[in-house]
Amino acid sequence: MPEPVLEVEGLRKEFGPRLAVDDVGFTIPQGGSLAIVGESGSGKTTVAKMIVGLERPTGGTIRACGRDRSTPARSTRERRRRGREVQIVFQDPYTSLDPRQTMEEAIDEVLRMHQGWQPKRRMERVRELSDMVGLDARQARALPRSLSGGQRQRVAIARALAAEPRVLILDESVAALDVSIQAQVLNLLADIRDETAISFVVISHDLAVVRQLTEQIVVMWRGRLVERGQTADVLDHPQADYTKLLRASVPKPGWKPQRRPAVATG
Amino acid sequence: MNRAEPAAGAPLLELEGVTVRLPVEGSMQAVLQDVSFAIRPGEALGLVGESGSGKSMTARAIDRLLPPGAAVTGRVRFGGRDVMTLSGADLKRFRGEVAMIFQDPRAHTNPVRRIGDFMTEALRTNARVPMDEAARRAVDLLASVGIEDGDRRLRQYPHELSGGLLQRVMIATALLTRPRLLLADEPTTALDVTTQAEVLAILDNLRSELSLAMLFITHNLELAAAICDRTVVMYAGQVVEVRESNRLHDQPLHPYTAALAAARPSIDATAHRLTAIPGRPLSAFEAPAEACAFTARCPYAADVCRERRPALVELDGGLTRCARARELFGRLEVELHA
Repeated sequence: MPEPVLEVEGLRKEFGPRLAVDDVGFTIPQGGSLAIVGESGSGKTTVAKMIVGLERPTGGTIRACGRDRSTPARSTRERRRRGREVQIVFQDPYTSLDPRQTMEEAIDEVLRMHQGWQPKRRMERVRELSDMVGLDARQARALPRSLSGGQRQRVAIARALAAEPRVLILDESVAALDVSIQAQVLNLLADIRDETAISFVVISHDLAVVRQLTEQIVVMWRGRLVERGQTADVLDHPQADYTKLLRASVPKPGWKPQRRPAVATG
Repeated sequence: MNRAEPAAGAPLLELEGVTVRLPVEGSMQAVLQDVSFAIRPGEALGLVGESGSGKSMTARAIDRLLPPGAAVTGRVRFGGRDVMTLSGADLKRFRGEVAMIFQDPRAHTNPVRRIGDFMTEALRTNARVPMDEAARRAVDLLASVGIEDGDRRLRQYPHELSGGLLQRVMIATALLTRPRLLLADEPTTALDVTTQAEVLAILDNLRSELSLAMLFITHNLELAAAICDRTVVMYAGQVVEVRESNRLHDQPLHPYTAALAAARPSIDATAHRLTAIPGRPLSAFEAPAEACAFTARCPYAADVCRERRPALVELDGGLTRCARARELFGRLEVELHA
């Protein structure tokens, strides 16, 4: 068993009187990938935000690359190291990029921040990363407004990869893309995993995307984990009531939409 | 209500060669090219395409909600009458018979007005129904979309309702004027899959109870195939395929439809790589005038595809805009999924 790259244990988050995340735990081995699925409000994005340090856990521990990150970083150096280890790509590439920055500059900024290289080396790396995500030279010099949603999302991915993270969190990162572009980005992500031994945490409501990208899955319902296992197993033979309902709600030919039965806890 | 009844078997809505041009940077650019299809009373027709394919523009052309300066040619008929020439009371009545629901219900409500006020506005102002009567009908319709405590909901504000609940309110609102056609533009895209299933079940029930026709606009081929009788596939402002929904996956007629189905990951099987479509979707005004719009991305493109824009031809009970359709029939689904 390879050493875990991410370990989450007894994670808990309260927003005032509301318990958003309750006793969530999972482990991702190096190079492994985990899906977190659940409906809006189930707490999955809150878990992601706690892992990258955008929210502070009320309780529980998070360890990445063997180091604790459940409490705020004490120094700039520590904060940067955490940023380098775990990166996140959000759903909306329209709001996650600076409108006045060219794509090259956006990627270069991350290299300057995290790698401390000379300009020449950075420029080479920007080119490599642009190539990797399929941006041509003209697109790399463009501002976000002249690129499509799919192209921007590739920039966001290139930017996250520039930090050479061990874990990449994809929070609904392909949800807003057109089907033909989504397939290109999913293939790109598969290639990156083959080449770099990076780990993905995939947060998605799209079970087909989850099956494509991950081996392990946890299902969240109202802040708690209701099911966990191998992605293929859980999708083929869901056990928890909520997972069964989720699986039955996915449209396919001959599918008849059903009014929602009351979901029992667990 | 005095309604123009179509003859038995006649389509409720008919589009014939609809082309829409919009002013873009000083010149007129086509956003829809020669769009034709028909919906029968009570039928659910899917309209599928990627961004810029013209699916929302089609709905706006039907409802006469095109942006200012739009030039329209071709014909839209509803109940046998030419929609483009309606005015005054006739236009008002048409708007009551064709209702619309959108992707983001929150963007289409006023945050400072109560649900009841918003729901009954059309009834009170257009049909001059008294307030209490309008409210009673609103509560009845809320019950039919599964919202039991309608009286309380009418007094609430949009922010007090979840997205799924608000979309059900929008459906109930759309049905208040007793429409015969519902234009649904990505009505479940912003919802969780379990909520989506519920909203679709409600739409499905209402459709059969009220024999309501529906144009269901979505980017999701699987969803359209699952809930619509027939599906229209659009690319670059053109209709490229019209097909019975249950044949769409097994036996697509156009390479674009087949490619779209093959590009989606499967929930039932893990594939290491997907059969992606190279390049990006074209908008209508980027499409070549003298060639098939899909040529640049099509694995089957040949000289014949670059010579002229293919016409929509009949094949196996459907329609397809592909010059090689007959030759490729039966091969697409096998080869692209391999």
